[in-house]
Amino acid sequence: MLKKEYTAVTYVSGPLLFLEGAKDLAYGAIVNIDDGTGRVRGGQVIEVSDQYTVLQVFEETSGLNLERTTVSLVEDVARLGVSKEMVGRAFNGIGRPIDGLPPVVAEKRLPINGAPINPVAREKPEEFIQTGVSAIDVNMTLVRGQKLPIFSGSGLPHNELAAQIARQAKVLGEGEGFAVVFAAMGITQREVSYFLQEFERTGALSRSVLFLNKADDPTVERLLTPRMALTAAEYLAFEHDYHVLVILTDMTNYCEALREIGGAREEIPGRRGYPGYMYTDLASIYERAGVVHGKKGSVTQIPILSMPGDDITHPIPDLTGYITEGQIFIARDLAQQGIFPPINVQPSLSRLMNNGIGKGKTRADHKELADQLFSNYARGINLRRLVAITGEDALTEVDKKYLRFADNFEKKFINQGQQERSIEESLNIGWALLSDFPASELKRIRKEYIDQYHQKTGKLEELVGV
Amino acid sequence: MGVIKKIAGPAVIAEGLEGAKMYDIVRVGNEKLVGEIIRLDGNECFIQVYEDTNGLQVGEPVVSTNLPLALELGPGLLNGIFDGILRPLDKIQEVSGIYISRGIEVSSLDRSKKWAFTPMKRVGDVVKGGDILGTVPEFSFTHKILVPPDKSGKIKSIVGPGEYTIDDTIAELEDGTKLRLAHFWPVRKPRPFTRKLDPNEPFLTGMRILDVLFPLAAGGTAAIPGPFGSGKTVTQQSIAKFGDANIVVYVGCGERGNEMTDVLVEFPELEDPQTGRPLMERTILIANTSNMPVAAREASLYTGITIAEYFRDQGYKVSLMADSTSRWAEALREIASRLEEMPAEEGYPPYLSSRLSSFYERSGRVTTLAGETGAVSVIGAVSPAGGDFSEPVTQSTLRITGGFWALDAQLARARHFPAINWARSYSLFLGILEPWYRQNVAPDYPEVRTQIITMLQREAELQQVVQLVGPDALQDAERLSLEIGRIAREDFLQQNAYDPVDASCSMAKAYGMMQMIIALYKQGEAALARGATIADFLSDPIIEKMGRARYVPEADFPAYKAEFDAQVQHAFLGSVKA
Repeated sequence: MLKKEYTAVTYVSGPLLFLEGAKDLAYGAIVNIDDGTGRVRGGQVIEVSDQYTVLQVFEETSGLNLERTTVSLVEDVARLGVSKEMVGRAFNGIGRPIDGLPPVVAEKRLPINGAPINPVAREKPEEFIQTGVSAIDVNMTLVRGQKLPIFSGSGLPHNELAAQIARQAKVLGEGEGFAVVFAAMGITQREVSYFLQEFERTGALSRSVLFLNKADDPTVERLLTPRMALTAAEYLAFEHDYHVLVILTDMTNYCEALREIGGAREEIPGRRGYPGYMYTDLASIYERAGVVHGKKGSVTQIPILSMPGDDITHPIPDLTGYITEGQIFIARDLAQQGIFPPINVQPSLSRLMNNGIGKGKTRADHKELADQLFSNYARGINLRRLVAITGEDALTEVDKKYLRFADNFEKKFINQGQQERSIEESLNIGWALLSDFPASELKRIRKEYIDQYHQKTGKLEELVGV
Repeated sequence: MGVIKKIAGPAVIAEGLEGAKMYDIVRVGNEKLVGEIIRLDGNECFIQVYEDTNGLQVGEPVVSTNLPLALELGPGLLNGIFDGILRPLDKIQEVSGIYISRGIEVSSLDRSKKWAFTPMKRVGDVVKGGDILGTVPEFSFTHKILVPPDKSGKIKSIVGPGEYTIDDTIAELEDGTKLRLAHFWPVRKPRPFTRKLDPNEPFLTGMRILDVLFPLAAGGTAAIPGPFGSGKTVTQQSIAKFGDANIVVYVGCGERGNEMTDVLVEFPELEDPQTGRPLMERTILIANTSNMPVAAREASLYTGITIAEYFRDQGYKVSLMADSTSRWAEALREIASRLEEMPAEEGYPPYLSSRLSSFYERSGRVTTLAGETGAVSVIGAVSPAGGDFSEPVTQSTLRITGGFWALDAQLARARHFPAINWARSYSLFLGILEPWYRQNVAPDYPEVRTQIITMLQREAELQQVVQLVGPDALQDAERLSLEIGRIAREDFLQQNAYDPVDASCSMAKAYGMMQMIIALYKQGEAALARGATIADFLSDPIIEKMGRARYVPEADFPAYKAEFDAQVQHAFLGSVKA
């Protein structure tokens, strides 16, 4: 079949290319751009009018000229060929294999933009996902269908935590299929090798689909990568009953790409130069998590973003926080003390936690224990500030216990390294931390749980295995 | 018929659309996507499209319906969940499965369902717009069938009691106008009424901090600004559940899908304190989640307020929750920028403020066209970027609304809920509501309220001292003020939205609790004067009794308070007696 070619390229600037006389190209269509030397780049229609069509070129535009460049239609909208065979494979940011194996044979080609889930079709997310990380499982529990981002900063070990969660995450219960879809945007070659090696070494690769967009890949591709990943995730979840955990790192690079393209299109910028539609754009990614009626599978998201200047009011974490259901907060001071994962539980939160814990899901005492740990830790932190002024001698014996608790909480409970802990183990460690206190100090826990667990779960040192 | 000339995101330019009028609804492209004309320029119309525009091509047809965006208002709205342009989401699901696809045409109301109509007018009666033709029971609610506001005349014929669908003619006027159980009304046009009334009755929310410190008048407006995680949605949902309204319209505007699911799962299970029926039966949900088309988000607020006005016109008290108006403003900004309009502050269009005020001004307590009293109270959540209240949406909202309930991330982090900052919040309705409170709660209510506020302020001052020198440096009298302030905060202002009893509190109980706190303070002072110490105060069991008061059911509260009153007279004298 002869493809219709368009040759009237009139203007090229940055990643944009203007084409005349291409009225029949639909808004959102995917095209091939041939520069006349046989080199073909991908592109997408981002604006059409009766005079000109604006294309966004997926690779750098150097070498393109106005005379010899030809454009031809590939598909009406951007699509990804999906198949169950994708599990265990690694692709680049636009879905081409990078693991040296042949392309997958697509069962379907799905539009990557997806469609909004009807709120009526959604089911309340209330099933526990065990990440094997104590701080998350106990204090900010992840629930199937939730979107729970990690707020980090540059130089902090969020990628290590992501790899650990990808390796350890599981749903409790027999015969439930679990898969990880891992999408990386704008990561360095060093990080690419780290992830590939980690996934392979730990065996996580066999249940994962990787989409890796490198820092030197075209910026525009970064806008497609999370959508490719979510299309694969939705396919696995809603057509093959997998519980899919999607990890997106680093959303900050994605937003930078959005700003870059917006600038190239000479759009009116919103806050700090980011496009005014960034909230809507991010929502079209984050809202693709959920559980729906009549489907066994689920899509859960852990997007990771590094806050520029550790500033939580920066537009990227700010808009993300308004869409997602809580946040896991990585703290620089904990990281500097060598604590891994350096999660600060105080500003962290899982909005759906209460739906997914308790009897039959985790353990009956979970909520009250988590509240007690939180409240004791908060008191310990406050006392630390006081000690900085007055010295430890001014404290009562009880206060000293709280101070010691805060230290142990960070060094023993949060600081678990690469260890994997079941929820049962994590809860028991929590109880062991409280064993220093008399039962009367545990005001947030009802008596029956105190009777059952207090000072009965074993020694802290044995539980954390030092 | 016109054709598409340009497509940029949700904005489409068409040309050759003859007779096009501003805000007419058009069908765009071969898939007949719903759009609305928002600017006319010579032969060109600018259209905001309510659905995803991917795949549209230049040259595809655009057809005008020659009608503005209008809603069909009638029986069948209650217990419903709709998208931003009032398409029922459950019907959409039947057509297109778990995802919302494009170009779906579904009726807002069920066309086949029969309603039991009882007429209240007879042949020969002269009716004017807004008059009540008859009633239809909808769940336990009496749905009054209105003459459309723009119709009037003498009744030529009217049906007898019986069952009718919304398409059946139930009455005919002498000029040939046929009236049905439902009628259309354009969303951008406020529904008329006879007269606005003074906002001199409160809209009680069941939340102590609001009803006592920052009350909202029925027909008033309030803004809830707050950074993420500070509990905007929980507060809104709590007011929707326990607020003193006959009808609740909840607009989820650009918010989370799972939150709407939460409301959908929870409301049918919750009991309406007024009727004992499921809460959902007096609720209408408009859900336009953040990933649904942005233009429909812009429309969703108008859809919500039009429905609210429709029930107001039947003589009911309606509360409208808009969560969140910031997302609505962002939709406005996005469309304005696609149309290359000149931006004002932070990229928002210059008309942001006037659009916001024309929305909030559709609230109010009114005498309806039929002579009844109805009210629409509007509570809008605001999501300020970075939690910074100086941004344009918060500031524009503040200039219009009568209540300002500032949520505070630090309070939320300290798990103080509702995390409403009492130092920053205010209500402009205090003065006008004072006579009501004196008459309906207690003659000395305003004085009691002032005492509590003084206690909170005194504690805040003392806290600053404590942070410098530690609590031990204070005199016992000051320690007492500090402790009383803490009690007012923790046992009165804090309210547990998840506790079946504490979630909602009557004015009588709130007043009783304030009296209890004042009694504690007076007795504390008296005991200190008699030589007791602050340790006596802290160790007295009555402090715990105070703390449990909020969990005492309304019915048991008078007895509980009487017991407390007897006990408090002998409190805090531990060491003096010994």
